[in-house]
Amino acid sequence: MSQDFRLDNVGMVNREKKISFKFNGKKYFGFEGDTIASALIANGVHLVGRSFKYHRPRGFFGVGVDEPYAILQLDRNNERDPNIRATEQEIFEGLEVKSVNCWPSVNFDIGAINNFLKMFFPAGFYYKTFMWPPSFWYKIYEPFIRMAAGFGEASIKHDKERYEHKYEYCDLLITGSGPSGLASAYAAAKNGARVILAEDKPRFGGSLLTSDVNIGNQTGVEWTEKIIAELKSMPNVTVKNRSQVFGYYDHNMLVMSERISDHLPKTQKYLPKQRLWYIRANEVLISSGSIERPLVFGNNDTPGVMLSSAAKEYMKVYGVLVGKKPLIFTNNDSGYETAIEFKKNGVNPVILDTRSNPSSDIITEAKNLNIEIKLSYVVVAAKGYKKVKSADIAKISEDKKELFKIENIECDCICVSGFWTPSIHLASQSGNKSKFNEKIDAFVPDKSKQQENTIGSANGIFTLEETIKDAFDKGFDVSNKITEKNNKVSVPTVVEKKSTVHDKFWCVPLPKGKSYKRFLDFQNDVAVSDIELALREGFRSIEHVKRYTTLGMATDQGKTSNLNGLQLVSDIENKVVPQVGHTTFRPPYTPVSIGAIVGREVGKHSKPTRKSPMHSWHEKNNAVFVDAGVWLRPRYYKQGNEGLFEASKREAKNVRQNVGVCDVTTLGKIDVKGPDAAEFLNRVYTNAWLKLPVGKARYGVMLREDGIVMDDGTTTRISENHYHMTTTTAQAANVLSHLEYYLQLVWPELNVNVVSTTEQWAGAAIAGPNSRKLLMKLFPNLDVSNEGLPFMGYKEADLFGAPAKIYRISFSGELAYEINVESDNGYFMWEKIMEVGHEFQIQPYGTEALSTLRIEMGHVAGSELDGRTIPYDASLEGLVSKKKDFIGKRSLNRSAFTSTDREKLVGVVPIDKTTSIPEGSYIVKDPKAKLPNPKLGHVSASCWSVEYDNPFSLAIIKDGKNMIGQKLFAMSPLKNKTIPVEIVSSHYVDPEGKRVRS
Amino acid sequence: MLYINCPHCGLRSQNEFAYGGDATVKRPELNREISDQEWDNFVYLRKSPRGKHLELWHHISGCRQWIKVERDTSTHEIFKTYKANEAIE
Repeated sequence: MSQDFRLDNVGMVNREKKISFKFNGKKYFGFEGDTIASALIANGVHLVGRSFKYHRPRGFFGVGVDEPYAILQLDRNNERDPNIRATEQEIFEGLEVKSVNCWPSVNFDIGAINNFLKMFFPAGFYYKTFMWPPSFWYKIYEPFIRMAAGFGEASIKHDKERYEHKYEYCDLLITGSGPSGLASAYAAAKNGARVILAEDKPRFGGSLLTSDVNIGNQTGVEWTEKIIAELKSMPNVTVKNRSQVFGYYDHNMLVMSERISDHLPKTQKYLPKQRLWYIRANEVLISSGSIERPLVFGNNDTPGVMLSSAAKEYMKVYGVLVGKKPLIFTNNDSGYETAIEFKKNGVNPVILDTRSNPSSDIITEAKNLNIEIKLSYVVVAAKGYKKVKSADIAKISEDKKELFKIENIECDCICVSGFWTPSIHLASQSGNKSKFNEKIDAFVPDKSKQQENTIGSANGIFTLEETIKDAFDKGFDVSNKITEKNNKVSVPTVVEKKSTVHDKFWCVPLPKGKSYKRFLDFQNDVAVSDIELALREGFRSIEHVKRYTTLGMATDQGKTSNLNGLQLVSDIENKVVPQVGHTTFRPPYTPVSIGAIVGREVGKHSKPTRKSPMHSWHEKNNAVFVDAGVWLRPRYYKQGNEGLFEASKREAKNVRQNVGVCDVTTLGKIDVKGPDAAEFLNRVYTNAWLKLPVGKARYGVMLREDGIVMDDGTTTRISENHYHMTTTTAQAANVLSHLEYYLQLVWPELNVNVVSTTEQWAGAAIAGPNSRKLLMKLFPNLDVSNEGLPFMGYKEADLFGAPAKIYRISFSGELAYEINVESDNGYFMWEKIMEVGHEFQIQPYGTEALSTLRIEMGHVAGSELDGRTIPYDASLEGLVSKKKDFIGKRSLNRSAFTSTDREKLVGVVPIDKTTSIPEGSYIVKDPKAKLPNPKLGHVSASCWSVEYDNPFSLAIIKDGKNMIGQKLFAMSPLKNKTIPVEIVSSHYVDPEGKRVRS
Repeated sequence: MLYINCPHCGLRSQNEFAYGGDATVKRPELNREISDQEWDNFVYLRKSPRGKHLELWHHISGCRQWIKVERDTSTHEIFKTYKANEAIE
C-alpha cells in the first residue's frame, strides 16, 4: 500500500492493522487509530465537501471538535448518520462516508455557481430576497430555502441503535485530559477524591501528544501514559475517553456524551452506541484547552489552508503530512513548532511571521535548523481552487496597513496560526461572566457562579510550567475541601522551550484593486465584507450581527470564527473587544445525537405500561386495547369480523339485557385512614360526609380551589376510621397529591393518612339485570338481596377462598356490583366470574361499551369534567352542600359561576335518529348564520344508544336547562357535517334511577 | 437540573420533585366570611419575584412530602429547605 503522505515510523496509529473504508464510493486504506481526516490526507485527498452558501471547495481545517469544513454523511449498519466531523470519526473496516452539500459530486458541484453569483448573496440575502411578492412564499421561496438549507440528511428510518443514560456522582469532574487535566486529576485522586476525568478524543494527553516538552524527566507522552495508568488503577477514579462534556447546567449538573461504539463496525451486543452521562459533581475543573485562531487573508478557505496546530497533530499523532511544500503563516511562536516538526520529517517549510523582530528559544531552534523565515511577511491570498497551489505573499508595513513586494510562491498547504482562544464554553454555560484578557486577545473565565474553576490554557495560561503547577494546586485545593486528607503530591519539574509574545495582527488588508473573499466563518461562508455590510446597515449588537450574517452559527458554533468576528466588529466600530462583548455560549458544546438525548425512552418505552392482573385473559380473548393514561385497557373484545362499533354495541346491549363484566382495576384507589378521616372527606368533597355509616359508599365530587370540578368517584366507609376512596383512572395521581397537600400544609392538625392502593386491588365491575343472580352463585353464603346489600352498600366476603370486597356501586346505570380482590387473586376472580356467569350469558365489556352505558345514562366523565366545568355545568349541583365549607366552595359564588345562562349538560338526539354526531361538534341555532356562527355549546361525548337503537350524545350548552325540546343543529366543520338535532334530557335511559336500586 | 435538599431524604435531583408554587400563600380558614377580593387574591394572584422566593415542592417520587424551598428565581441558588410546617427563618 502506498500512501504518499504517510510518514514512516512516526505517529501513534497501529501500522499492524490496515483498515479499508469508502469515501464517495471509492475505496481507501488507513490504519487503526486513524480518523477519516488523517486517512484521507495520508492518501492525498483534501477535497471533501462544499461550503454552505457559495459551494466553494472544502478540505480540512482542524483536527478535532473545532472542524468547520469536513462535515460528512456516514453509513453504518445501513443507517445514516449526518454531520459527522471527519476529524473526529475514527475509521473502521467497512466504513462508508460521503460528502454533503454538493451535487452531482464533490468534484463537480452545480451549486458552485453561487460562488460566481456571490454579489447576489450578501449578508442577510434571505431577508432581502425572499420578501416579495408574499404569494411566492409558500410554493417557491420556502421549498427553495428548505432545499438549500442544512448539510447532512437525517435518516427517516427508525434508529435501531441503543442509547443509554447514566447518572453519576463525583467529588470532582475534570473536562479534558491535557496537562492541566491530568495534573489536577492526579493531585485530587491522590488526595482521596472521587474523580471523573473525561477526554473527548480517543487518546489522552491533549497538547502533550504533540508538544516537545519534558515533565519529571519523561516526555509528555510518557508522562501522560504513566498518569493515566495510575489513575485507571485507582478505585476512586473514572477515566473516560471519547467522552465530551457538552453541557454545564444548574447546581453542578453536567452532561457528557460517551461515544462507545461509534468507532466500531457494529454496536457490541452488550454495549450501547452512545451513553449520555448526567454527572452531579461537587466541584468541576474545566481543562478544555484552547483552539488555535485562524489568520484572515484572501481565499483563506481554500483546501490546504489549515491550522498550524492541526498540521502538527497530523504529523505527530497520525504520521501524516498535510503537504510537502508547506507555507507557515503565523503571528506567534506556535507556527514555528509546526515548521520544526515539518523539518524533522524531511520537509522544508517557509515561515511567514507578521512580527518584525521576534526572538525566543523556539525561533532560535528554527533558525538553527535552517528553516527559511520571512519576518513582517503575510499571505495576501491563497491561489488554487480545489487545493492550494501557490500563495501571493507580501511584506507588510510596520503599521500593518500597506503591502509591498507582492510575489507568488509555490506551496501545497498554508498552515496558519493566529494565536490561541481559550475554550471557555463550559465556564460560560455555568454562569461565569467572562473577562477579556488583553495579553492574549481573548476572553477567559471570570468569577465562578457555580462550583467550578478553569485551569490550563482554557484559563489563558499558555506555559506548561505554570499550567502544571496551577493544576496540581487546584486539584489539591478543591479535593481537600471535600476529603480533608491533606495528602499533597509533589509537582514534577517541567522543561519546555520559552516562547515570546504574539502579534495582535490578525487580518491581512486587501491589496489595491483586489476583492478577495476573506473568510471569518468557514462553515457559513461569512466573509469580512459581510460583517462590514451588516454594520453599514445598522446592526450594532453582536447578537444581531451574528443572526444577520450567520457568523458563528451551525454545527461548529464558531469555534474558530467568533473571536476574529468580534475583533472585526470592534475595529470597525472603533471599540475594544470587551465593549462589543461576545455572543452567549449555550449547550451543547458539540453536536449531540438526538438518540443519545432520548436514550432508552423510545416507542413503547417512552412511558411505563401498566397492565391489570387480568391482562393475559383479555389478550387470550381477543381484546383490542386502548391506552388509558399509562394503563392498557380492553376497548372491546372482538368476535368474528366485528369492528369497534359492532362489538361495543353487542357488549353494551348484553349489559342492559343480561350481565357483563368489566376490568376496573385501573381506577385510582386511595386508603384514607385516621380519626379525622370523616372531617377531612367533608372538606375535600362538595357533599356531606360526616354521617356516612360504616359499610356504606357515597358518590362524591371534589373541586379545585377555583371551583372547577377536579374529580369524582365513590368513597366507602370500611370501618370507623378507614375509608376506601376511588378516583378516575386519569386523575389518580393528581388526587393523591391534592390530598397530601391539604393534609401536610393546610390542615396538619387533622390526624389522617392517605396512601395509594391502586395496585393492591384488582377490580371487576359486574353490571346488568342478572348481576345479583351471578353474585348469589359467586358468594353463596352471603346475603346479597336488595335489603342485605342495598344500593351503595359494602360487604366483605370470601370468593372461593379469596378475600373479597363487594361494593354495590354502578357506573352503567344498571344493577351493578364491583368486586375487589388482592391483585394476586385478580386473574382467579375474573376466571371464576366468567365460569359462574356463563349460565347468565355473561360477556366481558370494554371501555367503549362502558362509555356507551354511561353516556346514555347521562353520567359525566372526563369529557365533561374537562377542567372547565363547575358542578352546575355537569348537573352535579345537587351534590353541593349549602351548609358546610369545602375546597373551592367560595369560588362558586363568583358572578361568572352564578350567571343563569351558563353552559349546562343536556342530551342530544339527531332528528333522523340515524346520523351519529361527531364529538366536538358545535351546537348552533342557525347553520347558515354569518361566520363566526354564535356557538351555544359543544358535544362532549357520543354513543349509539343500545336502549333505543339510535345515536345519542351529551352536550354542554348555554342555558341548557331551558333548551330541552328545542330543535337545533350540530355542526362539525372538521367532518363537514351539519345535523339537525333535538335537545333532550341528559338522562336518556332510566331517568328515575330505578335500575340501580332494584 | 436543580439539586434539592429534601429535609426528610437529603439531596435529590429535581426530577424526583414536582413544583408546587408559592409557599407563602395561606389558605383562608374554612367557614370564614371573606370578600371577593381576598378570595381572588388567594386563588389567582401570585407574585413573581426576581430573586429570593419561598416555594413548595412535592417529593413525589420520594417520600411524598411537601416541602418548602427558598430559592433564587434568577440564579436558581437554593438557600434553605424546610419541612412543611417548620418555622421559616
